[in-house]
Amino acid sequence: MDRHFGRDIATTLIVSAVLIWIMPMLLSTYTLTVLVIYGMLGLSLGLIWGFGGILCFGQAAFFGLGAYTYAIAAVNIGESTLPMILAVLVPALFAAALGAMMFYGRLTDVYLGVITLVVTLIFFKFMNSTAGPQYAIGNARLGGFNGIPGFQTLNVPGDPSAYIWGDSYFYVCAIALVIVYLLVSWLLRSSFGRIAVGIRENETRLSLMGYDVAARKTVMFSVGAAIAGLSGAFFANWSEIVTPNLFSLGQSAEIIIWCIVGGLGTRLGPVVGAAGLAYLKFMLGQQSMVNNTMIMGLILVLFVLFLPKGIVPAISGLWRISFGRKKRNNARHNRRNRARGDTHG
Amino acid sequence: MDLGFVIFTEMLYAVASLILISAGLAVVFGMMKVINLAHGEFMMMGGYATITAVNLGVNVFVAMLIIAPLIVGLIGLVVERLVIRHLYGRLVDTMLATWGLSLFFIGAATMIFGNTTTGISTPIPGFTVGDYQVNGYNFFIILVTIVMLIAMFAVLKGTRAGLIARGAMQRPDMANALGYSPDRIYMATFFCGSALSGLAGAVLAPLVGLVPTSGGAYIAKSFITVIAGGPSLITGLISSGSFFGFVSQVFTFSISPVIGEVALLIGAVILLRLLPQGVTSKFFKGKL
Repeated sequence: MDRHFGRDIATTLIVSAVLIWIMPMLLSTYTLTVLVIYGMLGLSLGLIWGFGGILCFGQAAFFGLGAYTYAIAAVNIGESTLPMILAVLVPALFAAALGAMMFYGRLTDVYLGVITLVVTLIFFKFMNSTAGPQYAIGNARLGGFNGIPGFQTLNVPGDPSAYIWGDSYFYVCAIALVIVYLLVSWLLRSSFGRIAVGIRENETRLSLMGYDVAARKTVMFSVGAAIAGLSGAFFANWSEIVTPNLFSLGQSAEIIIWCIVGGLGTRLGPVVGAAGLAYLKFMLGQQSMVNNTMIMGLILVLFVLFLPKGIVPAISGLWRISFGRKKRNNARHNRRNRARGDTHG
Repeated sequence: MDLGFVIFTEMLYAVASLILISAGLAVVFGMMKVINLAHGEFMMMGGYATITAVNLGVNVFVAMLIIAPLIVGLIGLVVERLVIRHLYGRLVDTMLATWGLSLFFIGAATMIFGNTTTGISTPIPGFTVGDYQVNGYNFFIILVTIVMLIAMFAVLKGTRAGLIARGAMQRPDMANALGYSPDRIYMATFFCGSALSGLAGAVLAPLVGLVPTSGGAYIAKSFITVIAGGPSLITGLISSGSFFGFVSQVFTFSISPVIGEVALLIGAVILLRLLPQGVTSKFFKGKL
């Protein structure tokens, strides 16, 4: 198992290093940065939905909460290191409280969906109504519909005048995504991750085996929220303004579409889905003949109907069919497989 | 006294509009356990159908009460045949597919009608009670809601189609064994549900400036009302609609409309935490 994981890490590092090196030659780093950030956001829902089996209709709430936390803290502190940490902690704690309320109440599927959706809406409505000067946290006015502009963006830790922006900001985001991806891989390899998958498959069985299902789901939910919060903070840095639209229903819908299209139950799927669809949206935004909301909707419907597993599982299935057979016929490989039992993959 | 009357009618209006916007969703959910997240867009299309018909010179009440439900019902029928039919029994997948449909309809409406606000004037004038101006159209909405509930009750309880529908709701396999095709029952139900959504959108159209995205304002509220209502169709609607309407209006009058909305949502979270299967899973059990 460990040797496998080592190879997994090596592959991830090599592929991502090549991508980080090549992609800036094809696209502007400004666009690439947001694709990377969306990839991280997609990964956060991919983790809790694909592996934890928790369908959260309000991942945008944690994304927005991370962005707002960063902006408010950055205005007050004037340096970016502590705000970045807070932007991860606040959504995680909020999700832990919300998750504990839901999971200890034994709420499942639709009811979970309603509550997460409602929480997102509460944020959206509340943030839109905070235009007056009485709504302020420290020096930061919440600004209602206009949001919070002009906060301190990311800087080298300890030196507020050394901003990280442009190309170097892209490298920071990309490396952060790789680290988060590896951490997620590690989490899923750990016993916690394997039990989480077990809970997804059969909750009653796992609870009868003596695992505290509610606590484990709460932790999983909270980890997902922390990742979403981090991506929110990066997004705030990228756009240099936070607005209530981060909490909108459309944002939540998009995250779900990324996961479905990319492929649930895979680590790579949501990242690929997010980056791919965000890029598609960007391209569609440059023409005005067909409305791009319509195309997004159509993509979601078609995927649910015809390819409910998503792109990544479909491609890897295709890969296995066209190239895997040769390998399986290889006698040496066969023997090795038999010796190790069924534990591979 | 006058203020009391105004607050009372406002409260009644809030309850009625909640029930009105949730009815279409409740029919579809109660019958087929399908959550139609494109419900808000069906209402939006009902609104556009009304406004287009009125601009073409049709009487506003004919447009609202007949044309809009029919058009939206037919759109619903097409949607059911093309998409939803394939997804019965897969709750999450239907939610995702209908969410995709809602985006599709928003995009389509933006392309056809443009991203601008349109509207028609309310056909019923307001009147004054003491020092207060009351919107006469609110009474029309309350009336439509009451008539709609009575009609739903009469159809489900009094007609043969209603009997079959209730049977299929409880045991689709038995209804099937007795020779009624669930496929056709579901098709008819989806048509009725969509028509009710269209009716709600049409009746509310004169009160709101219509934009292609205005469906989003309804979907969450109606979704919450239906889920919190629980398994019984009509009693569920009335009980959860009354609860949420009451809560939101109390906070609207005592603090502000935004707090009213937020109170409704927080009320929903608490209610669902306490009664996760909805109000009628515990009270009024077995009622329609």
